[in-house]
Amino acid sequence: MQLIECPWCGPREEVEFSYGGQAHVPYPDDPGGLSDEEWAHYVFFRDNTKGRFAERWNHSIGCRRWFNAIRDTATYRFERVYRLDDPKPVTP
Amino acid sequence: MSPRTPGADLPEHPDFLWRSPEPKRSYDVVLVGGGGHGLATAHYLAKNHGITNVAVLEKGWLAGGNMARNTTIIRSNYLWDESSAIYEHALKLWEGLEEDLGYPILFSQRGVLNLAHTLQDVRDSVRRVEANKLNGIDAEWLEPDEVRKICPVVNTSADIRYPVLGATYQPRAGIAKHDYVAWGFARRADEAGIDLIQDCAVTGFATDGNRVTGVHTTRGTIAAGKVALCAAGHTSVLTDMLGIRVPVQSHPLQALVSELLEPVHPTVVMSNAVHVYVSQAHKGELVMGAGVDSYNGYGQRGAFHIIERQMAAAVELFPVFARAHLLRTWGGIVDVSPDASPIVGRTPYDNLYLNCGWGTGGFKATPGIGSALAHTIAHDEPHPYVAPFSLDRFVTGALVDEHGAAAVAH
Repeated sequence: MQLIECPWCGPREEVEFSYGGQAHVPYPDDPGGLSDEEWAHYVFFRDNTKGRFAERWNHSIGCRRWFNAIRDTATYRFERVYRLDDPKPVTP
Repeated sequence: MSPRTPGADLPEHPDFLWRSPEPKRSYDVVLVGGGGHGLATAHYLAKNHGITNVAVLEKGWLAGGNMARNTTIIRSNYLWDESSAIYEHALKLWEGLEEDLGYPILFSQRGVLNLAHTLQDVRDSVRRVEANKLNGIDAEWLEPDEVRKICPVVNTSADIRYPVLGATYQPRAGIAKHDYVAWGFARRADEAGIDLIQDCAVTGFATDGNRVTGVHTTRGTIAAGKVALCAAGHTSVLTDMLGIRVPVQSHPLQALVSELLEPVHPTVVMSNAVHVYVSQAHKGELVMGAGVDSYNGYGQRGAFHIIERQMAAAVELFPVFARAHLLRTWGGIVDVSPDASPIVGRTPYDNLYLNCGWGTGGFKATPGIGSALAHTIAHDEPHPYVAPFSLDRFVTGALVDEHGAAAVAH
């Protein structure tokens, strides 16, 4: 089974984690000012990258804390994990 | 006697069912994706609309993606009017497809049971049966003893963890031989003069304002009057090249087969709650699937603990399968939309048509979407069956929520 590196607990089995989709999707600054189309994009549209993808994970059957990861969606390899309050790492 | 060269005694390769032409410089219609949907669309463009200056571009080999990786279940017992209309249209075409294609597809209407295991399951199921009846779709609610009569190998005893409280039954549902379906469509399209071009990956698009003028491929640039995307899990890769956002997420969906067994399972059984779906193929292998792997993935494989869970579910429902051996597992890449319904029709480009978001249920729709998409392309107007599935429903809010009847967790 694939091991995922929790930033707090270290490497743990994949079954302990749950997936949270694309990372770095901020809540709109001015929700009242958004058009229907802008709301649609905030609610329903996410990047669907083939390759390196910044995404959220939760160590749900462990420390239950959220973190972000850079993972390759073609190979499923985790390239790095980082805290939610860290900026998105610059990847080559 | 000297040893024979391995393979020396093999018969000659049978006749090819289609040509492998070099791409022309230009086509009236270019279909990107040579799976079931692309091939069916090609067939109906020729058959229903007389449009034959068409190319189907396939980056691998014909029907080697999800068309080769699904569990071949065909049914139309969806909840909402919009979905039941297109899936029932498809099912009616399936019923005449062997004759239309002049090719055997082993379409077997052995019925599908969708099991209910909780009170809420029962309520949802009965509601869906009534909705189906109003839409003229064959559907019945069965009590556990009737389930047992139709499929004796299902464990209907009351003392299992999630007892079977009943099931919806669609007698006209069934399975077909997925490869034969693809080959039948490909053969007919080829006969009509349509070019099926394999090993031809799309690397970009040529555009001029609001029009797509051509497709850049690994086999050169091909000019196109109209372009339709039938690329399932790789749709986003194409739309990213065009600067269009589409609300789908690509996930691995795994399936598996057992070794060949004597006929033991007469129908198709699906269970949302225990979560597995099982049929027995003509050759005798049990074909099973369950939910998608949770993460986004393009790898055509998934994690083994997903397989383990689905086998546990299968053995819970079918104790008789406990000693069957798993023969093979695989994964396809499914494009899942927010409301578990497809996204079909117009795009921000005037002559570009989208066909994606079929997620875990695209195979059953093959002839239905092929004919409706061909109509949409030919008339530059969404066919009534696909009009409700437009991209702009995510802005208007007119979603078609089929998470229940899609019957595959995602």
